[in-house]
Amino acid sequence: MSSNVLLTIKGLHFSYGRRAIADGIDIEVERGKITTIMGPSGTGKTTLLRMIGGQVAPHRGDIVFDGESIPALGKAQLLETRKSMGLLFQASALFTGLSVYDNVAFPIREHTKLSERMVRHLVLSKLEAVGLRGAAELMPAELSGGMARRVALARAVALDPRLMMYDEPFVGQDPITMGVITRLIKLLNDSLGLTSIIVSHDVHEVMAISDYVYLISAGKVIASGTPQQLQQSDSPWAQQFLRAEPDGPVSFQYPALDYKKDLFGLAKS
Amino acid sequence: MFEPIRLIGEAALRALARLGQATLFIVQVIAGIPPLLRRFSLVITQLYEVGVLSIAIIAVSALAVGMVLGLQMFYTLRDFGSEQILGQVVALSLVRELGPVLTGLLFAGRAGSALTAEIGLMKATEQLSSMEMMAVDPIKRVVAPRFLAGILSMPLLAAMFSAVGIIGGYLVGVGMLGVDSGAFWSLMQANVDFYDDILNGMIKSLVFGIIITWIAVFEGYDAKPTAEGVSRATMRTVVHSAFAVLAFDFILTALMFGGS
Ligand SMILES: Nc1ncnc2c1ncn2[C@@H]1O[C@H](COP(=O)(O)OP(=O)(O)OP(=O)(O)O)[C@@H](O)[C@H]1O
Ligand SMILES: [Mg+2]
Repeated sequence: MSSNVLLTIKGLHFSYGRRAIADGIDIEVERGKITTIMGPSGTGKTTLLRMIGGQVAPHRGDIVFDGESIPALGKAQLLETRKSMGLLFQASALFTGLSVYDNVAFPIREHTKLSERMVRHLVLSKLEAVGLRGAAELMPAELSGGMARRVALARAVALDPRLMMYDEPFVGQDPITMGVITRLIKLLNDSLGLTSIIVSHDVHEVMAISDYVYLISAGKVIASGTPQQLQQSDSPWAQQFLRAEPDGPVSFQYPALDYKKDLFGLAKS
Repeated sequence: MFEPIRLIGEAALRALARLGQATLFIVQVIAGIPPLLRRFSLVITQLYEVGVLSIAIIAVSALAVGMVLGLQMFYTLRDFGSEQILGQVVALSLVRELGPVLTGLLFAGRAGSALTAEIGLMKATEQLSSMEMMAVDPIKRVVAPRFLAGILSMPLLAAMFSAVGIIGGYLVGVGMLGVDSGAFWSLMQANVDFYDDILNGMIKSLVFGIIITWIAVFEGYDAKPTAEGVSRATMRTVVHSAFAVLAFDFILTALMFGGS
């Protein structure tokens, strides 16, 4: 596996009912790099990450992770492959019945036979990395949203995955925490030798640390390139997104019937 | 004109499909039980949540039921001058019927609903999903220990219900109404059979335990991942378990006690 590409998505198709979520998406993620996927809310970014993790099967197309086709894996192989992936969920998804310490220890205890002393060593070092070693004994209900996100981050990297995926890591964070998380993602990526995929719409934060950016909308990749290339691109899509303009080729509305018809009930029957 | 028939057919098909889903699900759960023997602490935790925490409501209800039973039976038996057999009558009603059935109904309300709500909420807050992404199978890690704990708890709780109920009957019959204590116990001992009565009662409670816990974990795992979905699933657990307990009680009673 000398190839420089860790993850390849080829001709991916997926839809919920008639609503196309992926309509021929091609993405390549290079080893050791931070790749960002940006797109308006509801385009299917979370669904895309779930397909990479094998939780949702694509209708057509292939996802190849380190030489293995994810959709073709059996259940046991899939579990094995997931050990080398970490996913930070949009809603932190901590186990509410376990303390912060036990949450971070969970994947370690499940997948290794390390002694409790070693587990303690690992857990505390991961918590230290996200600045929450002091919160080890708290329960998830006692954390703020931002703290919960960082604990979830510590848990996601507990087994030193090769690919780390972040689903909207900045949502609901104050500017300081945002900066902290941004630096943390970069730091983890470089120091642990990870490959990272970030899904986000926080243009400024991600442009600063990304090596490569994909813009997706309506199930298609509409622009891609390094942050510099995108900033200079004259694609109206890219410009609208990066400058956060409400109007442009990307529509803010969920596909709907004509507003006036809807209001007067003419659309019924 | 054919509409009602079509609707009935449709509902029947849906119920059948759901039964199929529940069966496939429980097969996976059962496959997850053997590995638990090596990590029995997971089951112990759930035995506490499911079993020990149900003891209070079971004991209080059993005492009340036993006392009322003693009182009612005493007045009826006295008319025939045979109040000495009170102990036997109370014990047989409890061991054969009331113990397993009432424990089943209480267990569905106390433990079954809690199981559904817990698993459903774990699903709604993506805890199960994140577990999957950590390469841990939630059916093995979350569902199987709860299922096993439910099955183990039910017969023990039902036995406790019968025992406490008999004490309730004793308190009222012997303590308040003056039935002879020796007759109360010795007639009970002579006429309650271990195999026919006690063992059959235990089998009933085991069957109820399997059904209730099965319904509870399936409804939780299958719940719509929203607040409303979890609340509906919890409601369904209690209602379906109650119906299932009553229906199976009838069938099992006919099978077990019909021949004699
Ligand atoms: N289980 C489901 N069944 C049907 N439709 C769904 C389901 N999950 C998501 N969708 C639809 O798929 C679309 C994409 O959802 P997804 O969560 O992937 O979006 P997203 O890009 O992550 O959005 P956001 O940025 O707001 O998180 C949404 O329009 C949603 O309506
Ligand atoms: Mg999302």
